[in-house]
Amino acid sequence: MSQPAPLTPQTAAASAAEAGPDWNALRADFPILHQQVHNRPLLYLDNAATTQKPRAVIQALQRYYERDNANVHRGIHELSNRATAAFESARARAARFLNARSPEEIVFTRGTTEGINLVAATWGAQNVKAGDIILLTEMEHHSNLVPWQLLAARTGARLRHLPVTGDAGLLDLSHLDEWLGSGVKLLALTHISNSLGTINPVAEICARARKAGVTTLVDAAQSAGHRPVDVQEIGCDFLALSGHKMCGPTGIGVLYGRQELLETLPPYQGGGEMILSVEYHTSTWKHAPHRFEAGTPDISGAVGLAAAMDYLDAIGRTHIARHDQELGAYAYARLAEFKEGIRLFGPRIGRAGLVSFLLRGVHAHDVVTVADQWGVALRGGHHCTQPLMRKLGVESTARASFYFYNTPAEIDRLVEVLREIQKFFGL
Amino acid sequence: MSDDLSDLYQQVILDHCKHPRNFHELAGHHRSAEGHNPLCGDQLKLFLTMNGDRIQDISFVGSGCCISKASASLLTEAAKGKTRAEVERMFEAVHQMVTTGQAAGEVGKLAVFAGVHKFPARVKCAILAWHAIMSALKGDTQPVSTETEDM
Repeated sequence: MSQPAPLTPQTAAASAAEAGPDWNALRADFPILHQQVHNRPLLYLDNAATTQKPRAVIQALQRYYERDNANVHRGIHELSNRATAAFESARARAARFLNARSPEEIVFTRGTTEGINLVAATWGAQNVKAGDIILLTEMEHHSNLVPWQLLAARTGARLRHLPVTGDAGLLDLSHLDEWLGSGVKLLALTHISNSLGTINPVAEICARARKAGVTTLVDAAQSAGHRPVDVQEIGCDFLALSGHKMCGPTGIGVLYGRQELLETLPPYQGGGEMILSVEYHTSTWKHAPHRFEAGTPDISGAVGLAAAMDYLDAIGRTHIARHDQELGAYAYARLAEFKEGIRLFGPRIGRAGLVSFLLRGVHAHDVVTVADQWGVALRGGHHCTQPLMRKLGVESTARASFYFYNTPAEIDRLVEVLREIQKFFGL
Repeated sequence: MSDDLSDLYQQVILDHCKHPRNFHELAGHHRSAEGHNPLCGDQLKLFLTMNGDRIQDISFVGSGCCISKASASLLTEAAKGKTRAEVERMFEAVHQMVTTGQAAGEVGKLAVFAGVHKFPARVKCAILAWHAIMSALKGDTQPVSTETEDM
């Protein structure tokens, strides 16, 4: 039997790395978390709507505007060169973040919604004809439903939706191959459901779609800041994300597109930045991704998003994913203590860091209004998934959604507040 | 418990939310109107029997948050026996009260809704039943909504 290795500083550091970051200490990076709301400490549990911003991101924006601000790709002066370098280095940063093959596969957008609309307007116009099928799922956000409805109305294509199995909220994939083989042109689905917390097996689903010759789009709005997202491992053709849901500023997002595919697509919007030469009647455009970025882009947003990516990778997205799932599982277990007094939505195990629920006898908006007075920020409503709510037979739910700066102690506090709410409404 | 919160959810409101009055369909009604806020999930239907210009009987059914249900319940109590013109005056007074905190006229028991003005997101819940009754009195057939934008 071998002797245990002596404890050296290296192994001590390794075991600290194993244990993961000090989540409580990271809270100090977020100025907004340290305030009182209605005379109580803020408990921010609406991270699926938007996350808070660390000082590193806020400072990156400030630094950009105080030192480097100018327009990009057209100036010859020093500031314009700096701004262009910052913008293009943010593109390269996003490519590394998603493990894209090159920065040319990264299009800057306003967010996930615009990324999906861009694909529907360009790829859709070029590839979708009357009678084609666009395959979605029943758990999609409105942003991954409505653009395809508009495309279907324009082209005469039809929509189909992979079913969700009841309150447990898993995709029923039993007929996937059969459906994929019957006239489907595109499969667009979410990586993580914003109202159920379901984590879909997107790599497996995209592999099956690829085998059937179906183009794929993954909505990574809820996943990109919460776990490693590798477009080559997922094997999707397109992937869209929002910066503001991953510590970045609002108004900036990324659309990843496989380069061979992007190069074949027509422009999205026309204007400056996207052209090579313009005549009064015709123009020629730049290569992708610039072809899709008409007008002055959100330069500071891209700079802030790159800072957010640096920040998340310094913590480690594998660590964040584990913490997320621990919080999700803990919250689900604590809320299940309400037994008959609560209805919980989404999978019991393997869920992302959010929980949707209904307190029996109290409408979701009453829960959210009273919780707010206790300093707890929840979301109540249909979470932009009206068809899913209808399928579940509810008009709305309350939702607590977590990020790495949330703690189990905060979930305990949420449970106390929900008990107070039950008392308040005489339950 | 904060003062704002007990202003919003007054005991009378909690009582009407848990035990809504006139909460049934009305057989032989002359008029009805639906109110629906799909973003919120508040949904109600009002039924009226009329004697000339006067509301002889009134009831409602539906589901929604505490504020919308209590508002409909208290409305049925307040509007019973009133003329169309009297209901219109009450509508104006209640509308002003839930948006500013000050009633424009005599509102009686409905004064419990004054606290709603501190919760701008909930004004549309309190006012939904009132828009529905105005619609019923005008004889409109389209469901009304007090939502103008996503929350």
